[in-house]
Amino acid sequence: MMSESKPSEQQENQQLWRPNRQRSKLVELAVKSLFGLFALVSVATTIGIIFVLIFETIEFFREVPFWRFLTDKEWTPLFSNAQFGIFVLISATFLTSIIAITVALPLGLLAAIYLSEYAQPKLRQWLKPALEILAGVPTVVYGYFALLFVTPLLQKIIPGLQGFNALSAGMVLGISIIPLVASLSEDAIYAVPQSLREGAYALGATQREAIIGVVLPGALSGIVASFIIAVSRAIGETMIVAIAAGQNPTLGLNPFVPIMTMTAYIVQVSLGDTPAGSLAFKTIFAVGMTLFVLTLILNVFSFWFVRRFREKYE
Amino acid sequence: MISVDLAKHMTSASNGQKEIILKTENVSVYYGNFLAVRGVYLDIPKNKIVAFIGPSGCGKSTLLRTFNRLNDLIPGCRVEGRITFHKQDIYDKKIDPIDICRRIGMVFQKPTPFPKSIYENIAFGARVNGYRGNMDELVEQSLRQAALWDEVKDKLKQSGLALSGGQQQRLCIARAIAIQPEVILMDEPCSALDPISTLKIEELLDELKEKYTIIIVTHNMQQASRIADMTAFFNAEATEMGGKMGYLVEYDETQEIFHNPKEKSTQDYVSGRFG
Repeated sequence: MMSESKPSEQQENQQLWRPNRQRSKLVELAVKSLFGLFALVSVATTIGIIFVLIFETIEFFREVPFWRFLTDKEWTPLFSNAQFGIFVLISATFLTSIIAITVALPLGLLAAIYLSEYAQPKLRQWLKPALEILAGVPTVVYGYFALLFVTPLLQKIIPGLQGFNALSAGMVLGISIIPLVASLSEDAIYAVPQSLREGAYALGATQREAIIGVVLPGALSGIVASFIIAVSRAIGETMIVAIAAGQNPTLGLNPFVPIMTMTAYIVQVSLGDTPAGSLAFKTIFAVGMTLFVLTLILNVFSFWFVRRFREKYE
Repeated sequence: MISVDLAKHMTSASNGQKEIILKTENVSVYYGNFLAVRGVYLDIPKNKIVAFIGPSGCGKSTLLRTFNRLNDLIPGCRVEGRITFHKQDIYDKKIDPIDICRRIGMVFQKPTPFPKSIYENIAFGARVNGYRGNMDELVEQSLRQAALWDEVKDKLKQSGLALSGGQQQRLCIARAIAIQPEVILMDEPCSALDPISTLKIEELLDELKEKYTIIIVTHNMQQASRIADMTAFFNAEATEMGGKMGYLVEYDETQEIFHNPKEKSTQDYVSGRFG
């Protein structure tokens, strides 16, 4: 066909195609820079936060020796006879997190297995988004749920349970992270190739045997990662423990008495009229730094674990 | 239909008193309302290698998966007709599909080693079937039969996923052998492998037929002509709904299918004119 068309027609056709390559290049460059800038802003913000944390934490340790931070038996930075035993707060955070994980891991994992392996596709289509909506409930609501519903309920079973306590806060904290565990574990379990399940069935395995023997080991790294993300969420969670666990720094692991977690302390000081630059003001950065380091370690471990144990399927 | 009957006649004639282990009578497979394979009559003789060949979409894999009831896993999949294993209808309500899987093993197209050690890959099937014997011996014996023992005997604790593709596939064969089935179904077991691994597996199959009956689906006609005693040629025809429906064209001794086919479409396929 080309050979039949006259030269003039060809020229005319050429006239229709006038790309502006120069302008395209400029636009590409502008778009790239713009997106790069946005990416930079988020990274720079994170770095900025870390720098402020480090700077203020160093200021704090100029006034309070590091060993006192680790060895003091009480946490009373606002008293005249100030003590700075961070383990008082760490033990409280540890306690609520452990209770939360004890609730969230089994429930979340079993829910994930049900959703991925047993639920009819239609049911799964409804249940999974519903579960994820649960993750969107503001944590302050969970906090009041713990304080005004769960605690009175528990008090009927456990006499002497105080109005503010780690048990109720930890349990509700656990409920609040179930969707996270379930959703992330479900993704990992669902991602195990169907061919592995068929392989197990072809050997005469029942569904339960296939799930326990083949599917769960195949999804292990993803499941562990979801656990660790849930643990760091539990450690960092603030509203529920601030509302329901009390504001009373107590060293020890008694779940029936009021305690004060690291996050709850930061809330307390931030909401009060602590003058900027004072020692009490600097403590929240030291606590914040501790919190940051703990969750960072967990996340790095999770990252390492997933890379190390991820099964590569074709 | 005449040709199929003829083929059946030929089969029984040439095999003499050969025992038939697996038999299909007028088997059709549906996915929902869609008919995927229609009206298959087949006799699978014991201790032979039977190859299913044919173009894509002719239902050979679908048919294969009805033999160990793996199609039960697919929602809406339905089998009509009769499939008998040692004269016992395997779709009988009294039959537990898990028992069928125990006696009719399967190897898939892609190697599917479990995310476990090599040892556990083999022990898994034995455990779920309640094997009470010496597990170490069973693992070694299965790996030897699959011609993999020498390559992995020093790394039984390593993950099965760390092996090469060909080794993974032989691991899957070892896994299938370990539960001591009578029939091994193979769904294009070499299509994801290189020629050297393929050759190894073909050599292996020749040894395995001493103890097992093997039904192998393959796209590779040379492979069928090299290894199979019997060959079934399937073809597909377009349906009004736009899908494809498979049917058995011809089933005979491999020699006959490749050198003296009764049907024109078989002739065209084995000579490479389509497919």
